[in-house]
Amino acid sequence: MNQIIKKIRMLEKKNNQKDMTKINNTKAETSRQMVVLNVYRANTHRNDLPRVEKFQIPVQRWMTVLDALLFAKSYLDSSIAIRYSCRMASCGSCGMKINGVPKLACYTKISELQGNTITCEPLSNFPHIRDLVTDFSQFFEHHKEMAPFIHNNNADIKDENKLSEFKQTPQDVDNYLQFSYCIKCGLCYSACPTVATDTKFPGPQALSQAYRYYADTRDDLSNRRLNAVDGKHGIWRCHFAGSCSKVCPKGVDPALGIQLLRGHIMGYSRNENKIAKLRDPT
Amino acid sequence: MKISNEWVNNRENREGIKGWLNPSRYGWERISYWFQRLTGVFLLVYFIGHVYETSSLLRGENAWNAMLEITQTPGGHIFLILVIGTSTFHSTNGIRLIFTHGGKGLGNPGRPDYPYDAISLNYRQRSGIWVALILAAIAMLYGSAVLFSGK
Repeated sequence: MNQIIKKIRMLEKKNNQKDMTKINNTKAETSRQMVVLNVYRANTHRNDLPRVEKFQIPVQRWMTVLDALLFAKSYLDSSIAIRYSCRMASCGSCGMKINGVPKLACYTKISELQGNTITCEPLSNFPHIRDLVTDFSQFFEHHKEMAPFIHNNNADIKDENKLSEFKQTPQDVDNYLQFSYCIKCGLCYSACPTVATDTKFPGPQALSQAYRYYADTRDDLSNRRLNAVDGKHGIWRCHFAGSCSKVCPKGVDPALGIQLLRGHIMGYSRNENKIAKLRDPT
Repeated sequence: MKISNEWVNNRENREGIKGWLNPSRYGWERISYWFQRLTGVFLLVYFIGHVYETSSLLRGENAWNAMLEITQTPGGHIFLILVIGTSTFHSTNGIRLIFTHGGKGLGNPGRPDYPYDAISLNYRQRSGIWVALILAAIAMLYGSAVLFSGK
């Protein structure tokens, strides 16, 4: 028994070391005193010609791109338009293109970026409003199309005394949990090459959410979701460029969800009995 | 709820095809996507040319021989080598995509942990892309050895 515990501890230690090496390798940091922040400026409603404004920002340790933008807004030009809220990669408001790649400004440290110039532009594939702010209406409409909620006719939501509770195994939860971490920041939608050319394509976020609810054993709206994605501009337009998963800041891996959902439609995967059992209220 | 036409027709700020032109921003999977499209378009052009070439048979032996002469020039050889390379890459990478499009070889969903590496962009996919690229290179080398040696 002791030997087994010893072995488990050794394996854990080995895995922790591996993880730390992985983290250290992925986040090579660069230290510098000042950076030039190039900020895209334009007001669509005033038909402004787009221009890039440069700001000299003093760099502090752990400073994020959002901190740099807020420094510029506080001390250099208060008219810069940015959308942000939580500053901790939970709300998904501060998505923008940083050096050409969609990222969350609050989740991107300046020390992770190479060079002395940082370029901030609004997200591609979203209609532009002003400076770094874009319109998410279309994106949210695609999300709503997928019926992003659990629907179950067996659930008794009216009788408070007879509260319905569904049984799910940890494996049932693992099937959809990572897709439920989506914060709707729109980075995947901005990176997707199909969204770039097809306005009716729901995009990686909406499709992966369709899978998130499809894979949930408590839900019984699968057919509606499959009908929503199975169209000329639907799931078949995804060609697995993987860019959505590459830019996702929460590890949702939308490309995986899309391919798994397509696997179910094509019959690659078994459509197992989906409905979770109701717990006996007595 | 139906999506309004106003929204879906709004093409403002869309990257369009120019978004494909810099595939290096998003890693090997995006490069493979770009190659797959590029080789697909090239093979379509070749296919149309090939149908035109073989249809010259209808105009007699001389017309057919004249058409074959074009492929015997250095330019014709280079074009055929490109056809060999693109068709090898397109078919090998296409077989990989047939599996991935059904969710095979991508791994299982789990609980994401920092630094949140996507499991679908795993070593199996990257190896598949490299195998397709290496096979295409080998096929092109073999093709050029055969075509330019004149045997």
